[in-house]
Order: sequence, then structure tokens, then C-alpha cells
Amino acid sequence: MHGTRILDEADRLMTVCNSCRYCEGLCAVFPAMEMRRSFSDGDLNYFANLCHSCGACYTDCQFSPPHEFNVNVPQTLAIARADSYAAYAWPRAFAGIFARNGLVISLISAFSVAAFIFGFAAWHDSKILFGIHTGPGAFYKLMPHNAMAALFGAVFSYAVVALIMGVRAFWRDIGEPIGMKADAASLWQAIRDAGELRYLDGGGVGCFNEDDRPTDRRKLYHHFTFYGFLLCFASTSVATLYHYLLAREAPYAWWDAPVVLGSLGGIGLLVGPIGLLAEKWKRDPVLVDQARMGMDTAFVAMLFLTSLTGMALLLLRETSAMGPLLALHLGVVFALFLTMPYGKFVHGIYRFVALVRYARERRMMGHGAASE
Amino acid sequence: MVDLSRKFDVLVIGGGNAALCAAIAARRAGASVLVLEGAPKFYRGGNTRHTRNMRCAHDAATDILTGPYTEQEFFDDLLRITGGQTDEELAKFMIRESKDILDWIVEQGVRWQPSLGGTLSLGRTNSFFLGGGRAMLNALYLTAEKLGVEILYDAEVTDLVVEDGMFLAARLKQPVNGASEIRASALVAAAGGFEANIEWLKEYWGEAADNFLIRGTPYNRGSILKILLAKGVQEVGDPTQCHAVAIDARAPKFDGGIITRHDSVVFGIVVNKHAQRFYDEGEDIWPKRYAIWGRLVAAQPDQIAYIVFDASVRHSFMPTLFPPIEGATIAELAGKLTLDAAALEKTIAEFNAAVRPGTFDHTILDDCRTEGLTPPKTHWARKIETAPYYAYPVRPGITFTYLGTRVNRESRMLMKDGKPSANMFAAGEIMAGNVLGKGYAAGIGMTIGSVFGRVAGREAARNAKN
Repeated sequence: MHGTRILDEADRLMTVCNSCRYCEGLCAVFPAMEMRRSFSDGDLNYFANLCHSCGACYTDCQFSPPHEFNVNVPQTLAIARADSYAAYAWPRAFAGIFARNGLVISLISAFSVAAFIFGFAAWHDSKILFGIHTGPGAFYKLMPHNAMAALFGAVFSYAVVALIMGVRAFWRDIGEPIGMKADAASLWQAIRDAGELRYLDGGGVGCFNEDDRPTDRRKLYHHFTFYGFLLCFASTSVATLYHYLLAREAPYAWWDAPVVLGSLGGIGLLVGPIGLLAEKWKRDPVLVDQARMGMDTAFVAMLFLTSLTGMALLLLRETSAMGPLLALHLGVVFALFLTMPYGKFVHGIYRFVALVRYARERRMMGHGAASE
Repeated sequence: MVDLSRKFDVLVIGGGNAALCAAIAARRAGASVLVLEGAPKFYRGGNTRHTRNMRCAHDAATDILTGPYTEQEFFDDLLRITGGQTDEELAKFMIRESKDILDWIVEQGVRWQPSLGGTLSLGRTNSFFLGGGRAMLNALYLTAEKLGVEILYDAEVTDLVVEDGMFLAARLKQPVNGASEIRASALVAAAGGFEANIEWLKEYWGEAADNFLIRGTPYNRGSILKILLAKGVQEVGDPTQCHAVAIDARAPKFDGGIITRHDSVVFGIVVNKHAQRFYDEGEDIWPKRYAIWGRLVAAQPDQIAYIVFDASVRHSFMPTLFPPIEGATIAELAGKLTLDAAALEKTIAEFNAAVRPGTFDHTILDDCRTEGLTPPKTHWARKIETAPYYAYPVRPGITFTYLGTRVNRESRMLMKDGKPSANMFAAGEIMAGNVLGKGYAAGIGMTIGSVFGRVAGREAARNAKN
């Protein structure tokens, strides 16, 4: 017996799969399963986070529904995965956010946007809010740089701490001793596997989405989204260095590194999320955790809004719309950071940790690098 | 929507590996092709959906095969497993063709994987389908559809119109788009054997067949085979024989597939419902011991037996779908199995007393054996004495049948008078008996299916054009 009914079901499925093993070439989940004969809660949560939901094992399985063995690994692991996010949430009191994720994130976003607009309006008279500001330091006429840095530094730090605590809980749950560090080779293997989304490919033929044809393009759109996000993050990091090391203040010219990185990333974060949502709505309901669609949608929407408001700010920063747009953009970004530990964002963190663990297990079991 | 009023060049009846290879080969040769699969879409493909690998000859190691497997070695293996019950010319032809199939099947969208996991050590001789047999089928269906092969599911054929060995039309049980008779210039019959037809099995096995479990779908009823034999096609293979392995008695009646099998016989003893041993559990290593136990259990009362072992070997074999039944004592285990406790204790005590010391190694015919016991356990015999005690109940699991239609090298059916049919071809299990008169070697069913499927499709297309 396991902690939850879905883990009981995952255990039943892994017992079926472990006596079959036909899917062992498709991804990392089944080889990880083969290293075990019985499955703890932590083992099952590890498999759940290792699964990339490509759907191939469902399409390839001779025992998937309507067969009486009723083997549906992608959906079962998707539900267990979302359950695990809540279980690892820090502080524990916020675990419930995962259950009503779409609603909570919408409310927090609306509230933080309103707070920035109200804040700007309260601090300044409307001439400044709707004024035209150009040149270095233009943004800081609306909000002093130090205030902005302190506020976002605080929310970012909070998100990082909450995520680290979550990873700690996950690492402990899957049976790794705290303090046990992954070796460099396993880390590098996991970075490569995550970076190329190695296991989001249906075992090489492509993912499965609305039917048994591997026509899904989530991998492509996820690349747009993920690398778009990284570019935006790089943009902000470069701008921070400019500010403190070179005393160069935003906004920057269109050709400058922060703007180029941010624009490229912004395009990725517009194209990627739209593509992901379009693909998501096409997915066969039998493959997904339908109850958690709100969580997926909320996070994708937040990324999209972050980019949309950022791009609008870039295009209209020399007009009177700059003030309201800055408030809007900052509000969305603030909400994004604040909700990161309590939404779909965590999938990337836990999945990466699971990949590190998998790479480590493969080495310990003498399989060498997983790429062999 | 498929226009069934037209006359197709090639009609393929069946939906597994052989049928799809035939359909694809015929389509690639320019023929119009209709596939009639009697099963619903999910259960399409007959036994192919439960397969995992194919045995093909190759002269050198490849990405997925660890070493060469020559035509001669393949043929020697075939002679050994069939005891010579094979058509030598056809067998050699198949083995030669199998070399080319390794690449051809990949061109049809099927993907191989290196043999990874601990199921079978066939890394040198057999190529494994990535994702298993259903993945292989899915790939073949996708390719066939892209090429323009028409496919109908739930399309059960109840009769064939055949005149003087010439196929004219097939009759459907349920009309499709208003049509109940389908005409074609050539027929490829690739509709499998009759392993799921309990009534037919009873003709040879009597009431015992009621206790058989069928490893594949309930749709492998052999109706096309029966019609063809009734229409004057020459038969081949022993009608009374089927490939049977010991599978878990708790498995569903149909379609339990690979995961209900047990390969733990060598680690314990096997007793019948009277708690008596009945055969040497250590006679031979895989695959022989794997393939004989179905028939051995079928010969026991009520067609049930129990593999009994102890805690010392609990983890010595692949994890099983159903957990073993457990007892703290032999008597408790006997109670759970509804066996006579005293009888089981006596059987195990006599076995333990007969075990001679030796060095256990399940990968070779080791020197652990019994002395003065009937029947003996000639290898891997170790005392059953470490509690808790375990047992798997097993029944015969029927995989496939050997009766088929005789064919020549064109995969063309031969009539009872020895003349080749004008336009009827056969591929797969329905003609496997030509090559595989008895016995089995892993992956050979898929070789027969792909090789003769491709030949049959090609020849049927050529036949249709002439």
C-alpha cells in the first residue's frame, strides 16, 4: 500500500511493465524501473518526474485500454507528478495552491499588476505616470532603481529558497541521502538530456498527441519557450551587471546586449507558449492529467504575458504608455517569480533532478553513460 | 470512404506483420490493395501485437546485433528445433531472404533497438523492435496508410468464392458501405492460426481445451484457414499440435501476452493437483524447457500445476505480473493452493532427501541433481527448505497452431492435386507449418511473417497485373 491511490496504481502498472519490458528502449522511466523489483513511494515519484509525457509507451502498449490490464503509464505518472509537486511545496501550508493553480495565479497576477499601477499612481502625480520619459534612467523616474532591485531581489530570493527546499524534499523522498552530491559526469549528462529534451521524443519517432501518429510538436515549442526564458534571464542578468559594474542605466539602445537578448528571448516566449497551448489542447485526454490542465495553462500564460508586456514596453517605451506598461510588465514578472515554486515551473527543476539521479544510477549500475 | 464496388488488385485478409508486409509490398509494386482485419482497431495484428523480435540471418555484427548469425547456423538451428520437420528448400529460401528483411523492415518505418534488458539473451541472433510488437505494427500501418493501402477493421470474412483454385471474391459478415462481397484479382491470406478457437482445439484435445488460456486475442480463430482447406488447398503441419507454454493460471482467458509467462521452473519443482511431481524440471535450458511445459501441464488432471520454490530463489528470476502465493510453512502453502498438505510435504521431503550436493549455475547444465527419485531433477536441483515457501499456479498458454496451407517459393498456395493456385497466396502463421513443422525458436514467427509477407505481396501484385 502506498500513500495515495494514484501511487497504488503506479505500483500496479510498474509491476505489469516490469514483467514485460518491451518499452525499455523508449525513455529513462523503464530502465529505471528495471533496476528495481518493488517500488517505494519515492521510487514512483522519481519515475513520475522522470517521465516526459511523450505518450509513446501508451501507443506502443499491447495492454493499454480497452485491454483489461488497463495500462496507462503517461496519465498515471502525470497525476502522480502533479501530486508530488504539492507534496514537496515549501512552506507546506502553500501546497494547496497546486490544486487551484490557475485561479490562484490569475488572482496573484491581477493583484500585483494592480499594486504596481496603484503604487506608481500613489507615488507620483499622473503627469509622471503618463509622461514621456527617455534616456538612461527613464524607468527609474517611475520607480527608483534601488526599490525595484530590492523588491525583485526579495521575490527572486524567496522563489529560489522555496525551490531549493522543494528539491531537498524531493531528493529525500526518492531515497537519496541529503548531502549526497551528484558527480560532475551525471550532472553533465542530465544537463545534456534536459537541454535537448532527449526523452520528449517518443523513443525517437516523435511524441504522440491526439492519436497514434507521432505528429506532436511540443518538443519544438518547448525549446522556443525554454531557451526564450533563458535568453530573457540572460538579458536581465546582463542589465544588472551593466548597472552595477558599468553604471549604465536602462533603458538600453535596441542594439545593446540586454535588448537583443531580451527581444530574441521574448520572441521565443511568444511563439513557444502559443505553440505549447495549441498542442496541449489537441492532446488526447486519455494521456494527460485533466484536473491539472489549469496549472499547465496558467504557467504557460504567465510566460506569454511576461513576454507580451515586455515587448510592448520595448516598442512603446518612448510614448506616454510607458508608465502603465512598465507597471503591467513589472506586475506580471513579480507574479511570475512569486508563483514559480507553486506552479508548473517546478516541473523543470524536479525533472532535471530526476535526470541527474537517473544518470547517477546508470553509472552505479555499470551501464556507463546513458547515451551509450 | 473505401469504394468496395471496385475490383482491387490485391485483397489481403489479416492484419498482422505478414498481412501488412504483403500489403506494403503489393502497394509498392503498384497494385491497389485492400486489407481486411477481422479484429477491432485496438486488437489489430493478431499475435504480432505480442511479439518483440525477429530472427534474421546476418554475416556481421550490426548496431543492434552483437555478432554474425550465418544462414548455415540459422538453418542448423531450424533443423534442430523442428527435428527435421521443415521444407528444406523453402526454409533455406526464407533464411536467405531474411538477411534483406533487416533493412527492408526499417524502410517500412519499423525501428530496432539494441537488446537491453534481462528478458532473453538473444542479442546476437535476434533484432528487437523498439517499443515491442505493437509499436512495430503501428509503424507498418502508418506506412501502409501513407502509401494508399485501404484498411478496414472489424471486417470479418465468412466465405471465399474460389473456383478451380482461383480466388474470385470474399464475403463479409457485416456489409461495409453497402457491400458484402469484395472482388480482387489476387488474394493474400495472412489471417493466422486457430489458437483462439476453443471448439476447434477440442477436436484434438477434448474437454481439456476448456482449461487452456490463449495468449493472444480472441480473434485468432482460423476461419480463413478452415475455408481455404475446405476449398481444396493442400494442408501442411500437424493439426493436433500447438505451441504451448506454462503461464500463470490467474491470467485472463485471452490476450495475457508475454507478461503472464513463468520461467521459474528450474528454481523449484512442479507438482500437479495431487501434489505429485510429473516431469524432470531440470531437463534442459531455455528455450526447450520453456516450450515443453505447456504441453506437460495440459496432460495433467484439470490442466493445472504449481511451480513450488522457496525464499532462497525468490529473486532469481524476472519479476512476475502476479505475485507468488506465499506460505510460512509448506502446509500453509498447500492450504492456499487447495492441495493436500501431507502430500505436498511428502513430495518436498522426498525431493530434498534425493538432492545431491553440487555447484548451482542456471546458465549451464550444472551438476545439482537428484539421485534415486522418479522423475529425477537432473540439473539445478537444490533443497526447498527456506521459509517462506512460494508457488505459482500454471496452466497451458496456447500461443499458435501449426496447421496451415502449403505454399511454394512464391508464397503461392498449392492445391490438393499439387497444382499452384492461380491467384491465392499465403503468408505468416497460416503457412508457418511449411517451415516450422514443430518446435519454436524466438522470433522465427516474425521472420516467416515478414519474409513470406513481402514475397506474397510482390507476387500477388505481379499476378494481378498479368
